Amino acid sequence: MIKIENLHKSYPIGKDSLHVLKGLDLHIKEGEFVSIMGSSGSGKSTLLNIVGLLDTHDEGKYYLNGQLIKDLNEKKAAILRNKFLGFVFQSFNLISYKTALENVALPLYYKGMGRKERLKIALEYLEKVGLKDWAEHLPNELSGGQKQRVAIARALVTKPKVVLADEPTGALDSTTTDSVMDLLKEINDEGMTVFVITHEEEVAAQTKRIVRLRDGVIISDKLTQQAKAV
Amino acid sequence: MKFIFDSDSWQEIYGSIRKNKIRTVITIIGVLWGIFLLVVLLGAARGMENGFTKLFGDFATNSVFVWTQSTDTPFKGYQKGRRFRLTDSDIEVLKSEYSDEIKFLAPRNQTNNLLVHDFKSSNYKVSGDYPVLDKIQKKKLLYGRFLNENDILSYAKVTVISEDMYKQLFDKGEEAIGQYIKINAINYKVVGVYGSSNGIDLDGDTAYIPYSTFKKVYNTGNKVDWMVITAAPDVDIEQMESDIILTLKSLHKVHPDDKRAFGSFNLGTQIDKLTGFLTGMQFLTWFVGIATLIAGVFAIGNILLITVKERTKEIGIRRAIGATPASIRQQIILESVFLTTVAGMLGIIFGGSILFAIDAAFGQGPDAALVNPTVNIPIILIAFATLITLGTLIGLIPAHVATIVKPIEALREE
Ligand SMILES: Nc1ncnc2c1ncn2[C@@H]1O[C@H](COP(=O)(O)OP(=O)(O)OP(=O)(O)O)[C@@H](O)[C@H]1O
Ligand SMILES: [Mg+2]
Repeated sequence: MIKIENLHKSYPIGKDSLHVLKGLDLHIKEGEFVSIMGSSGSGKSTLLNIVGLLDTHDEGKYYLNGQLIKDLNEKKAAILRNKFLGFVFQSFNLISYKTALENVALPLYYKGMGRKERLKIALEYLEKVGLKDWAEHLPNELSGGQKQRVAIARALVTKPKVVLADEPTGALDSTTTDSVMDLLKEINDEGMTVFVITHEEEVAAQTKRIVRLRDGVIISDKLTQQAKAV
Repeated sequence: MKFIFDSDSWQEIYGSIRKNKIRTVITIIGVLWGIFLLVVLLGAARGMENGFTKLFGDFATNSVFVWTQSTDTPFKGYQKGRRFRLTDSDIEVLKSEYSDEIKFLAPRNQTNNLLVHDFKSSNYKVSGDYPVLDKIQKKKLLYGRFLNENDILSYAKVTVISEDMYKQLFDKGEEAIGQYIKINAINYKVVGVYGSSNGIDLDGDTAYIPYSTFKKVYNTGNKVDWMVITAAPDVDIEQMESDIILTLKSLHKVHPDDKRAFGSFNLGTQIDKLTGFLTGMQFLTWFVGIATLIAGVFAIGNILLITVKERTKEIGIRRAIGATPASIRQQIILESVFLTTVAGMLGIIFGGSILFAIDAAFGQGPDAALVNPTVNIPIILIAFATLITLGTLIGLIPAHVATIVKPIEALREE
């Protein structure tokens, strides 16, 4: 599903450049549930953004669903994102003046789906994350956990191949963290590839594979108890 | 183009307008003010123009009046200070030599006489005229007719009098047509009564009688008091004036440089000056209106740009979930066009109402300062189309800004 070979990424800082990813190799197959761990600044978000086509890499090869990602223009990137990828952000990133339902329906709008149909599907996904009754609420009327579940519903609504989550539980307490993780597990069980960044060992332990980064290189890549349990 | 008719595009616009109420109101006011000014100024200018046109009324404004005075230069053995008169033969010469330039030529002889009907009498101007006078200054006939060719040929003793004269000489409700009045003790049959004309009135209350009759009754021989010449369309009326006077000078053995021998008044030139002023005013109006309009559109562009920057994060989110740059651009441009259109329409409506109010306040009655202050629909449509075009163009800037940043940079924005 995701195949990375010798990936490099530097950020220009003034005249110098900061070498953040220093030759990563990573292969994530369809249906995997992978977490990335590492200290702050180790390059986790950078990696996820490149995988999510929100950013570009400098060197190396990246295949998404077998397709080599190279010289992608913004239009193609947008279409690929819409088709293959679903994002969950630490800060939720819901659109503040749209209701929960409209937020969830928005990716379908960019897919070109009619309003009625997309609201219907969006409502199904809200139901799936347990927020059907909150459909008409604006984001600022929801708790952090609820917001993140709306964001997950939005990530799922286009039936992406991969869900990318950058510290989805970073702003949540432990109970809501658990509910969000249960949700991610559930969608993984349905066959979706899930790729999360986290700081918390307990969260990582609920995934099936943990990749550890340090200073832009992978220092370990192990399956968890969860994976062995299956 | 599909996105224009897509209810979702409008849903999006509605959402963003609702979210940015203040900026929406400010931008709308900006453009509204521009088009409002344009409409009101153009309407007022038009109203003034109409006012002037009404002032000129039914008079053929491209006319010249010519009469004789006395020479100021000795010439061909004549002393200076010689007095002389225009003659019928002058008229014939002018008519044949300037057949292309002259549309109408009316020689006139006039005097003052006592008019009597029954026991009422009053002094009025009496004028010997050809029917063509009615073409130079249209008479508003209330009853009967104006002089005709037949009257001229038959030396008819007929007269056309004004409404005021009728009131002076006749009893209220009395039939005037067919009755006789005495002018200088000679009976004339009244064939027409005319009302006061709009605007310029050359003669005031005058009893018109046939030119030929006047000649015979007052024994004027071949002399002509003065004449009115109306130029054909597209003739340089000043040129025609000086050419005609030169011809007359040679006919009357007057020195070509004589300044006093012929008097003339060129109505066309006088009116051109006024028209020039009006054109200037319209130009100024356009200038002010369009400048304001452009300023308004720039305000929209500027505010859209600011909001696009404010909305960078939102745009980043939209792009992360699959919005293409084109769809973002369309959205912003459509928003810009929508705002300018709404503002433009409101401006036109308000401007129109103000014109309506101006018309009600200043545009009524015979002495109105502004007559029928209106703006042409095509002009409004052009202004409107320009507005929408400008709205689109100005929308391109924020739209471009919204899509040049990488989505990740947009998302990082706090
Ligand atoms: N746009 C940028 N310009 C310059 N440097 C950047 C940029 N984005 C990230 N960096 C730098 O790259 C390094 C890796 O950043 P990244 O966000 O990938 O870290 P992270 O592992 O996600 O950290 P955290 O756990 O704090 O989120 C950091 O040193 C950061 O300062
Ligand atoms: Mg990070």
